[in-house]
Amino acid sequence: MQKLFPAYSTLLSRWHTLAGNPFFWPVFMVAGLLFCVAASAFEILDLYLQLILIYVGINIILTVSLNLINGYMGEFSVGHAGFMAVGAYVASLITIHVFPQGAEAMLFPLAILAGGIGAALVGFMVAIPSFKTRGDYLAIVTLAFCMIVKSVLENIDAVGGPRGMLGMEKLTTLPWVFFWTALSVWVIRNLVYSNFGRGVLAIREDEIAGDLMSVNTRQVKIIAFVVSSFFAGIAGGLYAHALQFINPRMFDIIKSTDILIMVYLGGIASIAGSIIGAVVFTILLEILRPLGVWRMVFMPLMLVLLMIYRPRGIMGLMEARPFMPLRDLITEKIWRRKKKETGNVSS
Amino acid sequence: MSLLEIKKLTHRFAGLCAVSDFNFVIEPHELVGIIGPNGAGKTTVFNLITGVYRAGEGSIKLEGQELVGKTPHAITSLGIARTFQNIRLFRELSVLDNVRIAHYGRIRYSPAEALLHVGRFYAEEKRITNQSLDLLSIFKLDDSAGEKAKNLPYGLQRRLEIARALATQPKLLLLDEPAAGMNPNEINQMMEFIRWIRKTFSVTIILIEHQMRLVMGICERLAVLDFGATIATGLPSEIQNHPQVLEAYLGEEVVK
Repeated sequence: MQKLFPAYSTLLSRWHTLAGNPFFWPVFMVAGLLFCVAASAFEILDLYLQLILIYVGINIILTVSLNLINGYMGEFSVGHAGFMAVGAYVASLITIHVFPQGAEAMLFPLAILAGGIGAALVGFMVAIPSFKTRGDYLAIVTLAFCMIVKSVLENIDAVGGPRGMLGMEKLTTLPWVFFWTALSVWVIRNLVYSNFGRGVLAIREDEIAGDLMSVNTRQVKIIAFVVSSFFAGIAGGLYAHALQFINPRMFDIIKSTDILIMVYLGGIASIAGSIIGAVVFTILLEILRPLGVWRMVFMPLMLVLLMIYRPRGIMGLMEARPFMPLRDLITEKIWRRKKKETGNVSS
Repeated sequence: MSLLEIKKLTHRFAGLCAVSDFNFVIEPHELVGIIGPNGAGKTTVFNLITGVYRAGEGSIKLEGQELVGKTPHAITSLGIARTFQNIRLFRELSVLDNVRIAHYGRIRYSPAEALLHVGRFYAEEKRITNQSLDLLSIFKLDDSAGEKAKNLPYGLQRRLEIARALATQPKLLLLDEPAAGMNPNEINQMMEFIRWIRKTFSVTIILIEHQMRLVMGICERLAVLDFGATIATGLPSEIQNHPQVLEAYLGEEVVK
C-alpha cells in the first residue's frame, strides 16, 4: 500500500505528526463547537442536514458506550436500547413536569444528566448478574432486561403506556449534541487508557488470569456497565428531545441490533472504529433512503460481507493514533527505535 | 513465623477427592517443589492457595492471615502470584500492557480520576509504565514491549508470564510447570533462571514440575502427591528412594 501510493505514505506520516501535536484536540474541539453553533444559529446547514448530524452524534455516543462492553470487555450485551429508554423517559419526564416553563432550554443539560444517572443506576443492577454469567448467558440476561424495560414502560399510564410520551420541546441542538458526543468519547477513551480500562481488557482476554493478576473483576465490571449505561442514557435523553416523541417500541431489540451493527461495522475495541461505524451507518441509511424497503436488505447484506472479509470490523482491535495517550506514543517510539538498532524489524 | 501454612487442606469435586489432608509449611526464601503423577492434585493445590477454588476444609495461612474464602485478586494483593501450566497471557494485548495490568492491586487513583484523567492519574500512570518497563528490561523483554503477547516465541511467553507475576510484587511465587515442553539444555537455563529470580526478587517459590532433573536440581524440599493424598515429604535425596514414591511413579510390580 505504502509503495503503491507514495501520496498515501506522506499523508500517513503527516497524520502521525498531527496526531502527536498536543494542540490537535483543543483546536479541533473549539473549531467543531464553533461550527455547530454557527450551523444552528445562522442556518449554514439546512434543518435536514442538522438533524442527520444530530443522529450521527447520538449514534456515536451509543456505539462508543456499547463498544466498552461488547468490544473492550468482550461480553455480548443486547440491552443497550433498554438503558437508552431509561435515559429518554427520565429526561423527558423532567423537562415536561419538573422544569418551570420557559427555563427548559437553560436547564436542559441537567435533564440529560439525570437521564444518564437514571440509566447508570439501572446499569449497576445489570452488572450484578454479569459477575456470574458470561457470553451467551449474559446476552440472554441483557435481552430479558431490554424486554422488561419495554413492558414496564408499556404498563405505566403516567408515561403514556404503549402510546408513548409527547410534549417535549425540541431542545436537542447541534452544539449540545457535539458537547455530549465529545464528552462521551473523551471519558470512555480516558477509561480505556487507564489501569481500570486495562482491567476491562484483561476480562476479555482471560478473566481468571486477570483476577489472579490482582484485577478486581467485580469492580471493573461495575465501572464498565455503569459508564456504558450512563452514556446510553445520555443518548436516550438527546434522542427524545430531538424527535419530541418517544414510545416503548422505539427501544426494543431492533434498536439494540442497530447499535450492535454499528459496533461490529466500525470495529470492536476501538474508539475510532466506533465513530466510523456510527457515521457510516447513519449516513448510508440516509443515502439509501430512495431504495425504500430495499435498504433494509442492503444493510444486513453489508454486515454479512463484512463478517466474511473483515470479521473484526473496519478498525477491529486497532486504534487511530490521535486517541492514544501521548505517553504511549512516546513509549512506542522508543521501542521502535530500539528495535531498529537491534535490527529485527518485523512489523 | 513461617510464610505459608497449609493445614488439613481437603477439596472434593462432586465426590472425587482431588486433595485430601494436605499439610505443608513453607519458610521464607525456601524453594520447594510439589511433584506427583498426572491427576495427583498438584494444580488443584495451587488453585486452592490462589482462591480460584474455595477450599472445602482446612486452612491456608499467609503470614498468619487466613486465605480460605478470599477472592483471587485479594489473595494476589496479599502477596501470592502464580503462573499457569498452559500459558495464560493476555494474548491480544501488548507485552507492556500485560505487565501494567498486574499493577491493578496497587493503583492509587480512583475510578473518577481515571475517567477524567485528573489528579493523581498522570503521576501514577508514569510510575506504573516506568516500573513495568524496568521490569521488562530486567527480563530482557523491553525490545518487544510494544509487540502483542501472542506474537512472542514460546520461551519468551513463559518468561513474560513470570515477569507479569512478579509485577504484582509477591512474597510467594507459584510456578506451575515452568519447564513444560523444554529440552534438557533449556531446562538447565530454566534452573539458573529460577535461582536467579529467587535471589533478585527475594521471593519464596513453590513449583510444580514433571521434569525430575529440574526438581531434583533446585528444590530444597519436596512434597509428593498421588490421588490427592500426600505420600511423602522431605529432601530430594530422601524422596528419590522413597518406596511409596517409586510405587506411585513406576507401579507396584516394578518396585517389588
